[in-house]
Amino acid sequence: MSAMGILIVGASIAGVRTAQSLRKSGFADPVTIVGAEPYLPYDKPPVSKDMILPETDGAPVPLLGAEELDALGVDLRVGVRAVALDPVARVVVTDTGEELGYDILVIATGVSPRTLPGAEGLIGVHTMRTVEDALAVRAALPAARHVVAIGAGFIGAEFASAARSHGADVTVVEAQPVPLAHLLGARVGALLGGLHEANGVTLLTGTQVERFEGTGRVTGVTLADGRTLPADLVVVGVGATPATGWLATSGLPVDDGVVCDERLRVRGFDGVYAAGDVARWPHPMYGVEMRIEHWTNANEHAEIVAAAVTGAPAPRVRPPYVWSDQYGHRIQIVGRPGLGRAVRVRTAADDHQAAAVYADEDGTVVAAVVVDDPRLLMRLRRAVIARTPLDALDAPF
Amino acid sequence: MEWRLACGVDDLEPGTSMTWKGAGEEPIAIYRTEDGEFYATHDVCTHDRWSLGEDSDLEGAEIVCPLHMARFDIRTGAALCLPATIGLKTYEVQVEDGKIYVQC
Repeated sequence: MSAMGILIVGASIAGVRTAQSLRKSGFADPVTIVGAEPYLPYDKPPVSKDMILPETDGAPVPLLGAEELDALGVDLRVGVRAVALDPVARVVVTDTGEELGYDILVIATGVSPRTLPGAEGLIGVHTMRTVEDALAVRAALPAARHVVAIGAGFIGAEFASAARSHGADVTVVEAQPVPLAHLLGARVGALLGGLHEANGVTLLTGTQVERFEGTGRVTGVTLADGRTLPADLVVVGVGATPATGWLATSGLPVDDGVVCDERLRVRGFDGVYAAGDVARWPHPMYGVEMRIEHWTNANEHAEIVAAAVTGAPAPRVRPPYVWSDQYGHRIQIVGRPGLGRAVRVRTAADDHQAAAVYADEDGTVVAAVVVDDPRLLMRLRRAVIARTPLDALDAPF
Repeated sequence: MEWRLACGVDDLEPGTSMTWKGAGEEPIAIYRTEDGEFYATHDVCTHDRWSLGEDSDLEGAEIVCPLHMARFDIRTGAALCLPATIGLKTYEVQVEDGKIYVQC
C-alpha cells in the first residue's frame, strides 16, 4: 500500500474503534481520522444519560484515555467536517477546502437526529446527540420547570428520566398509542412506558405535536388535539437519519444508509467501507439488509472492517444488542423483536422487573427484553444465538 | 501471594461462574467450564466496571460481560473483542478434596 493509508471519516464510536481494531490487528500504515465536532472522541450513550444527570459533572466521557489515544498513533483531526467525496480520485474534501487522499476509506459519520418544523432557532428546543446538545440541556435543566420530551423512544425516555431527577415537571408526548410498540409490540411497550408514570412523569400517547409556541424562546408545545403544554425546555427524540448528505455527489450507493456487503465493503467501490449507524448491510445472522443504531453494533462493525482490511477472517457473528437506562432501571434488548412477537411476558413484581421473550412463527426464540436482570438477559441471549425452540427454553417465566 | 480456600467444587455448576470476595480488596471471578476446568480472573470487566462472576455468560472458555458484551478468555485473561482492549488479571487455581484454592 502507498503512504496515504486509511482515512476514517467520523471520530465516532465506529470510527475510533475501527482505528483501534486495525492497530490491534497489526495494521501499521498511516491512519487519519477526521471528526466534525471540535471534541476529542467521546462516548455517545452518556449524552442522554450521565452527562445530564444532576449528580455528575457533565463532562464528556472520553472514548479513549490520553495514553491510549497516543499509543494508537493516528492523525486525529477534530473540528474538520467532510463535505464531499470523489471515489474515483480517492479524495475527501473538507469544510476548509482541504483535499485528503486515501488508499482505503472508512465512512463512519453516524446519524443526525430528526427534528420538527419550527424547532430551528427556538431557544429551549434541543435534540440529544452531541456534547453540545448535552451541555446545553444540562445548563437548562436546573432552572427548567416545565419540560416536554417529544417521542417516548430511548432518547425521550432517558431525557425525561434525567429531567425528573432535576425535579422538573415532565411530560412525554408520543405519537403512537403505545410507546415502542413498533419495535417491541404493544404489551411490552406498555410495560416499559409504565416506567414514566411510575416515576411521576406524565405520558401522553396517540398524540401528534402541532407546533411550538414562543418567539425566540419556547414557551409551550401545542398538540394536534388543540391542547398546549407549557414548556421551557423541550427535547425532540423522534429518531435519526444517516449522515450521508456529504456523499450526495459521490455516486456511492445510499439508501437509508451506505449500502454495503456482509464485510461492510461499500457495494461497487473497492477500498471503501462503512461502519456503525451509517452502514446498511446484510447482518450475517439474518441475511437481510439492515441498519442498526446500537452502540455495540458500532464496536462490532469496527472489528468487521478491520478484519476485511487486514485480510483476517470475519469475526464471530453476534446478535443485535442495545440497552437503555431510565429511572434507575436498565432495559436490555437482544436479538430482533420485530421477527416475532412477545410470547412470554413477565410483569414487574416485588422481587423482579419486567421481561419478555420473543419467538417467531416457527416457535424459535428471536429476541428478549429484560429489565434489571443481566443474568437472565445473558441466558436469553444464548437462546437467541442458538435459535432455541421456545419449548426447550429454560427461563423462569 | 498464598493459596486461599475460595469455595467447594459443588458451589459451581458446570458452565457457570461466581464472584468470590474473600481475598481482600480485589473480588475474584471463579469459573467452572462445561468441561469441568476451573479458572479464576479479576472479577471486574476492564471496560466498564461490571462483575463478571455474578451476571456474565460463560461460553466455553470465554466470559461475556452482560453490559456491553465485551469478551475475555478466562484461561489467559486476554480481551477478545471490543469494547474491551485491556485483559483481565488471572489467578492460579488448584482443586483438592472437592475444594477450590486460588493463589492470590
